[in-house]
Amino acid sequence: MLAFIVQRLLQAVLVMLGVALVAFSMFRFVGDPVNNMMGQEATIQERREAAERLGLNKPVPVQFALFVKDTASGNFGVSYRQGRKVSTLLIERLPATLELAAISAILALAFGIGLGVYTAINRFGLGARLIMAGSLIGVSLPTFLIGIGLIYLFAVELRWLPSFGRGQVVKIGWWSTGLLTESGRKSLILPAITLGLFQMTLIMRLVRSEMLEVLRTDYIKFARARGVSDRMINFSHALKNTLVPVITITGLQLGSIIAFAIITETVFQWPGVGLLFIDAVQFVDIPVMSTYLLLVALVFVTINLAVDLLYYAVDPRLRVDRAAAAH
Amino acid sequence: MTDDTASAPLSPLRARLRSWAHSDVLYSFRRSPTIVVSALVLAVILMGALLAPLVSPQNPFDPASLNLMDGKTPPMTPNQFTGESFLLGTDDQGRDVLSVILYGSRISLLVGFASVLLSAVMGVLLGLIAGYRGGQIDNLIMRVADVQLTFPSILVALMIFGVVKGFLPPQAHENAALPVLIFSIGLSAWPQYARTVRGVTMVERNKEYVQAARVIGLRPMIIMTRHVLPNVLGPVLVIATLGLALAIISEATLSFLGVGVPPTNPSLGTLIRIGQEYIASGEWWILFFPALTLLALSLSVNLIGDWLRDALNPKLR
Repeated sequence: MLAFIVQRLLQAVLVMLGVALVAFSMFRFVGDPVNNMMGQEATIQERREAAERLGLNKPVPVQFALFVKDTASGNFGVSYRQGRKVSTLLIERLPATLELAAISAILALAFGIGLGVYTAINRFGLGARLIMAGSLIGVSLPTFLIGIGLIYLFAVELRWLPSFGRGQVVKIGWWSTGLLTESGRKSLILPAITLGLFQMTLIMRLVRSEMLEVLRTDYIKFARARGVSDRMINFSHALKNTLVPVITITGLQLGSIIAFAIITETVFQWPGVGLLFIDAVQFVDIPVMSTYLLLVALVFVTINLAVDLLYYAVDPRLRVDRAAAAH
Repeated sequence: MTDDTASAPLSPLRARLRSWAHSDVLYSFRRSPTIVVSALVLAVILMGALLAPLVSPQNPFDPASLNLMDGKTPPMTPNQFTGESFLLGTDDQGRDVLSVILYGSRISLLVGFASVLLSAVMGVLLGLIAGYRGGQIDNLIMRVADVQLTFPSILVALMIFGVVKGFLPPQAHENAALPVLIFSIGLSAWPQYARTVRGVTMVERNKEYVQAARVIGLRPMIIMTRHVLPNVLGPVLVIATLGLALAIISEATLSFLGVGVPPTNPSLGTLIRIGQEYIASGEWWILFFPALTLLALSLSVNLIGDWLRDALNPKLR
């Protein structure tokens, strides 16, 4: 167990170092960092000082080591475009994205698992077939079209919900939340649905196919023969065994939610890190881009690690196999 | 295979046509109405895009043919100032929506096909090398593929787009947008191909015909391209078809996000971005028809790809 954890941790650190190398190369070799920071008018003296301050006259491996050290201590440099510290920008924007992602993930999980179980149990029912057909369209619709469609229906035609922004936010320390005000909650609904819909259809299809597979197995038949109630069979016996692949896929999808938030945030002008990143790409604001890359990589690596460990905790067979292999 | 033994010797071309007409793939094509409809939809969009200069009612890039007074004309209703009528209406600049869609699908399809070609060539080459050579090279290629696959391809494409843009001087951005877009989408999708090709290559590498080729002293390059490559093309075709749908959606997404092609030369994604500004004021057609075209395009390519996967898989017959 310990060896397994250590091995996975090492792998995670290696991936992060690889991504850090990419981020560093972007910062160092895309354009001239001194030019980008000082502008064209700076004197030679000022340039030399800036290069000194950035450590650009040191050997590249030393620069990389400094970059990793800076990054690890939360110093991501200064945005070329806004002239402010990237870490400040991130702290401003992060709560919006995390709130949106969390609500979408909860929506996707709750509805995905619920509908998946429903469509598996009532496999040939009209409702289940309608849901399956709908999910096919949901998968092939690009995210931004879903968002625009929702805006058209609920914001323009019905006028129930706002079409952009976060509504009123409340500050709790450095965290700004929209969950405590009515306009904030209302503003969250459409973006959360847009962001979660794709993951929801994915989870639903996965749960459905896993459930169908499990429901065919002998132990379910046996439980039926023993007279165990349907609800007990479906939820306690069958669903439990579908959860292992669901955990993996859902975990990996959580990372995608953060990444796809870029699109949702653009559609709804949601002031999160995704919008910050798109602005950065448009204006080639390298420090913001490379920090975003590192942030997303960190999220992905952490989730992958958590999924692996969770897997280990959920599936006893893995433990037995490993223990047997160790002896 | 129902290969009928023709008594009279046929010309090679006719023999080939004949075996094609009797093939299982064509049979399963005719049997499935969904696929026939998808192929028709795709054919119509392809023809429209290819022949855009001939069939479109107006050249949307020629300022002389545009009239600002025609702006925001609803579909099939005469304009209140000029009395002109447009099948799908006009956008804010008086451009005929049907014409911009025809020209826009050109860009979308061009980016789609070109980036699929780029990622297929790159992925197949790297996959062949990784699978055939094995060892360190294999390790290196597949680790890079793994790390890249961890991230959603749209994010990778955005990153590459930003970096390439950073290397170019600002005045070149407008003209370079299309090649940069193709490059970033193409580069973001190669691991799918590499993985599949590597897997198949590793199986084929140990088969007797490859060993025989090695024994008679063929160079690895020849063995890979002439002997192994034909055997991996089936799965590659399937990935490429599904990849085309993905690439078209990626292009639309990037253009929608405003980092793709410039509005002066709009793709379907750019048109949707423009149209989004007008849904609140009631000009729904500026958005609706490009979106519908994009949806029809991606759905039909996706369905054809799914069908192809099943039709080319002998296990499912």
